Amino acid sequence: MELEQIYTQIITENSRSKEHKYAVKDATQVVEGVNPSCGDEISLQLRVKDGMIEDAAFLGDGCAISQASANIMIDLIKGKSVKEAEHLSNLFLGMIKGEVTDDGQLDELEDAQAFKDISHMPARVKCAVLGWHTLQDAVTKAEKATS
Amino acid sequence: MTDTIKTQFPLLQQKQNGKPLVYLDSGATTQRPQAVLDAVKHFYEQDNANPHRGAYELGERATAAYEGARAQVASFLNAQKEEVIFTRNATESLNLLAYSWGLHNLKAGDKVVVSILEHHSNLIPWQQVCHAVGAELIFLYTGQDGVIPDEEIEKKITKGVKLVACTHVSNVLGLVSPVEKIAARAHEVGAVMVLDCAQSAPHLKLDVQKLNVDFLAFSGHKLYAPLGIGVLWGRRELLEAMPPFLTGGDMIDSVREQDATWAPLPQKFEAGTQNAGGAVGLAAAIRWIQSIGYETIEKRENDVYRYLWDELAKMPHITLYGTPEGQHCGAVAFNVEGVHPHDVSTILDADAVCVRAGHHCAQPLLTHLGLRACCRASIAVYNTREDVDALANSLQKVRKWLGYGT
Repeated sequence: MELEQIYTQIITENSRSKEHKYAVKDATQVVEGVNPSCGDEISLQLRVKDGMIEDAAFLGDGCAISQASANIMIDLIKGKSVKEAEHLSNLFLGMIKGEVTDDGQLDELEDAQAFKDISHMPARVKCAVLGWHTLQDAVTKAEKATS
Repeated sequence: MTDTIKTQFPLLQQKQNGKPLVYLDSGATTQRPQAVLDAVKHFYEQDNANPHRGAYELGERATAAYEGARAQVASFLNAQKEEVIFTRNATESLNLLAYSWGLHNLKAGDKVVVSILEHHSNLIPWQQVCHAVGAELIFLYTGQDGVIPDEEIEKKITKGVKLVACTHVSNVLGLVSPVEKIAARAHEVGAVMVLDCAQSAPHLKLDVQKLNVDFLAFSGHKLYAPLGIGVLWGRRELLEAMPPFLTGGDMIDSVREQDATWAPLPQKFEAGTQNAGGAVGLAAAIRWIQSIGYETIEKRENDVYRYLWDELAKMPHITLYGTPEGQHCGAVAFNVEGVHPHDVSTILDADAVCVRAGHHCAQPLLTHLGLRACCRASIAVYNTREDVDALANSLQKVRKWLGYGT
């Protein structure tokens, strides 16, 4: 895989963005995610009200891939329902695993499609999915809290 | 320029993306010279049977190959054959010690001392044994330079300390630990001294008659030998007093329905069919090392190590960890400003330069130094100044890929 395919403008810009890096006020879910191969940790914070993600942000440091992926993820899920966030995370992880390849379906992921080819770099897959796996944990917790 | 040592390593002759492979991750595992590959091939083609079992000529040849390998390791360490236990790797050797020596000799209130430099393999076994028996785990801390100060040794290794386990060379910083001082102090307070030689064996001559330690462990695969073979050396009287770690075939004297007695050393600690092919490869690796000689190895490696340190120190936006002072082997740890080590490694890989990125199985050390992760370039005897130049050239491109101007 060529570096041009990984370190695209979308990814380098998102990796340095601070837009979604803060502690969410009155967060209802704070979930830690760890990448054991490098020790990177993120803290994903959501404020969920009536099944809607009112606010979402994350804290932590990591590589360009993990940071960009988390930033783009927050962009996508903020203001959406928990159900939609769950659907998007399944779609993203399906894309990474190569199970969802239809461009029409993947359009929903918007900028997160930039990670489509990361599966060609197995060593970096864990970086790309860190935020999304953490989101899945957060969604499960949010659903339990309301059921 | 062809290098007469590098040309003996078939893997290092390959190209990746049309570029010569620059392997700077020997601290993780070394490559193997042709002599080792040939020895392993010969064993499987000519001598393979289950050692210690077959009462036929081929079985005897397999046993001779395996026990010959043990004799080679014993002479390499200046030890007795019975004190050399084959394991899978240094990790297994250290776990053997923790479970066999540790669980049976440590009790609530005892103290175990390790250094903050430890690889997880010489930390977690002791940490878990301490949990199990209620012993206290105490750390020798380094300064920000990675050096353990003398006062720390005096202050922490005191009466009540039953075991001191320390790395000979840091797998992150490449610094040689003050083993003489630590071992002397450990013995002064009556503690057993364990030395993790995984990172030193490829670079420094090990002599158990001079090291003043009670146990040492190393891995074959970091010493130009195949994966899956390692060594535990221990003083005979200590090994004899220890219960077995793994039990099963070939480690027994006699077995009855309700109990069993154990074979003498070293078989007591070698349950099940052993990795004879790996042992043969390790013996070949030792012969290969001895044919070059540690004096030549140290001279070559010191030259490349110094050059590596100096070249990286000259570069803007590079932070080196540890200190250029003192004796070093193998590893140089660094970071590129504003770029995560994993990204650095990915970008260098596009130029066929292999370095390790992450916490290097030494998370407590990285935390102690205020780091989450770093890059590590580590050298072996086959590395040259040209490899360092390739690394430095590739490093210059890293920040640009992440959108920085310089």
